[in-house]
Amino acid sequence: MGLFTMPSLGSDMEAGTLAEWLVKPGDRVSRGDVVAVVETQKGAIEIECFEDGVVDELRAEVGAEVPVGAPLALILAPGEDRPAERGPEPQHPKPPTAQPVSPLPPETPHGPAASPAARMRARDLGVDLAGLTGSGPGGAILLADVVPPAEVMPQPVPRADAQTEMRRAIAAAMTRAKREIPHFYLSATMDVQPARDWLSARNADRPPDERLLLGALFVRAVVLAARAVPVMNGHYRDEAFHPAPGVNVGVAVALRGGGLVAPALIGAERLDLPATMAGMRDLVMRARAGRLRGSEMSEGTITVSSLGETGAEAMAGVIFPPQVALVGIGAPQLRPWVVAGAIVPRHVVTVTVSADHRVSDGRQAARFLAAFEKQIATPEGL
Amino acid sequence: MTETEMRRAFIDALVGVAPDIDPGSLGAEDHIQRDLGLDSMDVLNLVAALHDQLGIDIPEADYPQIATLALAVPYLQAAGASRQG
Repeated sequence: MGLFTMPSLGSDMEAGTLAEWLVKPGDRVSRGDVVAVVETQKGAIEIECFEDGVVDELRAEVGAEVPVGAPLALILAPGEDRPAERGPEPQHPKPPTAQPVSPLPPETPHGPAASPAARMRARDLGVDLAGLTGSGPGGAILLADVVPPAEVMPQPVPRADAQTEMRRAIAAAMTRAKREIPHFYLSATMDVQPARDWLSARNADRPPDERLLLGALFVRAVVLAARAVPVMNGHYRDEAFHPAPGVNVGVAVALRGGGLVAPALIGAERLDLPATMAGMRDLVMRARAGRLRGSEMSEGTITVSSLGETGAEAMAGVIFPPQVALVGIGAPQLRPWVVAGAIVPRHVVTVTVSADHRVSDGRQAARFLAAFEKQIATPEGL
Repeated sequence: MTETEMRRAFIDALVGVAPDIDPGSLGAEDHIQRDLGLDSMDVLNLVAALHDQLGIDIPEADYPQIATLALAVPYLQAAGASRQG
């Protein structure tokens, strides 16, 4: 069984607002099912459950702001009983208040009207419900009304628009990255004419839905390079690097109107080039529509940020914590290039890897760039 | 398809890809990438939408021909006519 809790959907997320439940008590759920939609600074995110079971109880109400790690629902494994903590609990220490907190279950509430989640938190915090003012229907006490006794209610902050919220989320994550991660950067400029020519020939006789973009070749090359140099692929947590078994490649997506998100293509090492392209189209579409999944926001292992078809030629990007590398790919530039001893016009791109010096050093980053270049020089092998 | 219908179809496809674009203030010479900020994925989705809705397959080499409304309408009309003919 498990308490299903608010997941962290970004390195600096503190809370999310429950926007919608997609399950109800009694529903059977499987690992990976989308069970709720949570509104975050980065838009609405679909969150998945992490085990099989039956929804026993929803512990948060739509509209409630739920801190990361706080319970959203109780999900019981098949055949499992409710845990003992749900019954009377004489063995637990009394809450440090004179008034007894209403006993569970909430189906027969005593005292003031309160949501199950509010009762739960009040019990955890040792707060007397009778002393609280409810903001729910009929004065019912909601989760947000339950605050620790010593905690001063913060001044209500004017609800900034989504744009400002997104900017704040980016600011928080990037500030943390630059404060905590000792970045270093290696660049290489490489000939992408073979990739462009191969792509044009391949796309020529295909309908639009089957065409590939150069960006998909770059993402695929990053995935293969990450497999070749595993020290660039994983998470840095608790003062140690944890290499990832697979490659969940984050794809930075600029949002129209400003801001960006970098959802991950989960299990990208198992996707061939057309499947990588399809996955990227799907991610971009859902990023724009505000329908990304929690796992996509939190399980990336390395990120690609591509400047597109025209524009600036290089970018040294900021790593998304807890990842340990980010690959910045400039727009292709037409340049005089030496090929087999002759100067010829070629389209080249400058690839810059930002890496975490706690985890890797220049030699490994150089190996990563070399692996990428080898892949992009032989696009038919991608 | 008349010019007005084709203009409507192109704008519908464009707004489908980039819902924040206001059809009312869309200029005939606005470049879909430089002025309207479509990226390569958006352009591909626009081409795919035109293919689905009009049955017109725009090869990659012709993408510059749909870079503005003023360019796209006659190009799509000609492509639609040759497809029927």
